[in-house]
Amino acid sequence: MAQTLLQVEDLHTQFFTSRGVVRAVDGVNLHIDVGETLGIVGESGCGKTITALSILRLVPDPGKITSGRILFRGNDVVKMDDEEIRDFRGNDVAMIFQDPMTSLNPVTRIGSQIEEAMTAHKRFTPELAKSRVIELLTRVRVPSAEQRARDYPHQFSGGMRQRAMIAMGLSNEPSLLIADEPTTALDVTVQAQIIQLMKQLNRELGTAMMLITHNMALVASLCQRVVVMYAGRVVEEGPVEQIFKSPQHPYTWSLLRSVPRVDEARKDRLVSIKGLPPDLTNAPPGCKFHPRCPFVVDRCKVEEPPLGEVGPDQVARCWVLMRNVSEADIATAKQSSISVAAAEKLKAPAADIGGKAGS
Amino acid sequence: MQAAEKAPVTAVVSDPVILRVEDVYKHFPIAGFGGLAVRAVDGVTLEIRRGEALGLVGESGCGKSTLARLITALLPVTSGKIIFEGQEITKMRGARLRRMRRKMQMIFQDPFASLDPRMTVGDIIQEPLDNYGIGSGRERQRRVQELLRLVGLNPNFTNRYPHEFSGGQRQRIGIARALAVNPSFIVCDEAVSALDVSIQAQIINLLQDLQREFNLTYLFIAHDLAVVRHLSDRIAVMYLGKVVETAGRNDIYDHPQHPYTRALLSSIPVPDPEVERARAPILLKGEIPSAVNPPSGCRFHTRCPIARVPGICSEQEPLLEPHGQRDQLAACHFAGEK
Repeated sequence: MAQTLLQVEDLHTQFFTSRGVVRAVDGVNLHIDVGETLGIVGESGCGKTITALSILRLVPDPGKITSGRILFRGNDVVKMDDEEIRDFRGNDVAMIFQDPMTSLNPVTRIGSQIEEAMTAHKRFTPELAKSRVIELLTRVRVPSAEQRARDYPHQFSGGMRQRAMIAMGLSNEPSLLIADEPTTALDVTVQAQIIQLMKQLNRELGTAMMLITHNMALVASLCQRVVVMYAGRVVEEGPVEQIFKSPQHPYTWSLLRSVPRVDEARKDRLVSIKGLPPDLTNAPPGCKFHPRCPFVVDRCKVEEPPLGEVGPDQVARCWVLMRNVSEADIATAKQSSISVAAAEKLKAPAADIGGKAGS
Repeated sequence: MQAAEKAPVTAVVSDPVILRVEDVYKHFPIAGFGGLAVRAVDGVTLEIRRGEALGLVGESGCGKSTLARLITALLPVTSGKIIFEGQEITKMRGARLRRMRRKMQMIFQDPFASLDPRMTVGDIIQEPLDNYGIGSGRERQRRVQELLRLVGLNPNFTNRYPHEFSGGQRQRIGIARALAVNPSFIVCDEAVSALDVSIQAQIINLLQDLQREFNLTYLFIAHDLAVVRHLSDRIAVMYLGKVVETAGRNDIYDHPQHPYTRALLSSIPVPDPEVERARAPILLKGEIPSAVNPPSGCRFHTRCPIARVPGICSEQEPLLEPHGQRDQLAACHFAGEK
């Protein structure tokens, strides 16, 4: 039986704005086992980053954790005092962000910054910290680490900066690394290097990893389990193999079919999800996804479904479930979206216009 | 329909190639460094056929966006020729260039930066019609409404401002504006990369529907190879200012000839955990070198897993020649080898 490292229970994080209360995280439950890799996917504004920031108690103003528990090895992060939370952030959990340039101090040498991360949390003596810098940079495969430690961030390329960030994140040997879109700003060949590195580090050090991303392919590549979020809620969760093979929530299903695959010849239209994610100050009644769902039934509009078990270790928040949707309904969901009538009208006058302007 | 036959472009419709890029260079001199220049586009030759979608891929700094700006005559070339519908646009100036530009429109990456925040959506879409003096005032307004309906927006939104729309809706506005003057050729520069996945799918589908409906020719520039493969008929791969391979969208994936293409394709994760477990990416050493002083010989040799260095790869520049499948070109001394 795997040991639970982090357990988030009924977490609510809200932003008190002039427009009203934004329910960014609205009753999230999730857990990570020791050494596990968990993916959290969803589109912008679904609450995935705020969930991560809540775990670190770094929610920016005017946001607040309003209720729920975040248990790390049994201790509630929400209730920690300043001293404890500092210790927790430095020694137990580390976070790396999308853009390494904005997270590094431009006027401090890379090596000194990594060293500072260690001495600030008093885990290592200054002497030991100094000697560990080179070791860490080598571990994240920065070539000629000894020289590069003396460089400033601007002398590093994007991929190298991300490696330096990972080195800093790992410097205090955390048991959980939270990575928020760690490869989104990188070119594909560099992205491949960083993915490879994260896989190796997870294997070598046994650091649990929480990967926050919109990229389903990255989850397939790096994670064992995945949580799908929509409008501040978990809508589906399960082992990656199962979720990718047999997604039960229509949102998960649409996400998977809305991105083209590089390894497949084009055979189908992409599934596009109509409309936009809801305004979280005023989310729709019933299932939050129902206004955009192609398979909506009456019940979805009034009553929100619970997270129900749909397979071994797989849960989904849906009254319908994809296994009950007919082929015909799926075909309808893929239909053309352009207005044929408008296209016809545009073609005729366009020809006229072409004649006039050309003369 | 009769009017269409009177249009002046019909004379060259028989030519299957709509755009020819011939040995085009674009160097940006670096001020204060006498003689030094960023060689953004460094000898590119390619063709786009009427009605096809050509995908242009490569990593940041490979010159793909600069090439797009040269093709649409937004930047002058340093040398070389660009021929659009049989006429050399690199030599055009003034009114002739303006007329030619009407047939080529561009859709940009950032729908937040590319729409004037102080103009209403109606004015934004109508501006090109005004610029070219197309139709009467009422005809223009009607056309703007039809364009909005075409791209899936409410035609009564003409008096709204860009900030009232989401990213996906703004991209639709950009598309409506590009289509306003009835172009035959559209350059999409990272047109979907700033959008969330579900919205991205809406725009990709829209671009495909529009191509079919209006018989458009696309140049589709993106760093996301999966999107490019989905949207394009043919794909050209650029590296450090040069085209290193071109092929049909399936051949390029099934039989890549250039080691850079192979590495690029193998780097892209696939949304399928079982495939992912078996996938072994070809990891390239380091990152793309500086375009100010590109490596000698084949510019990929410093990162190439099969380069013979020292030897032919670092000494002699390979030419873009037929290799592999029909209609496939690659610039590599050891094309097809692994």
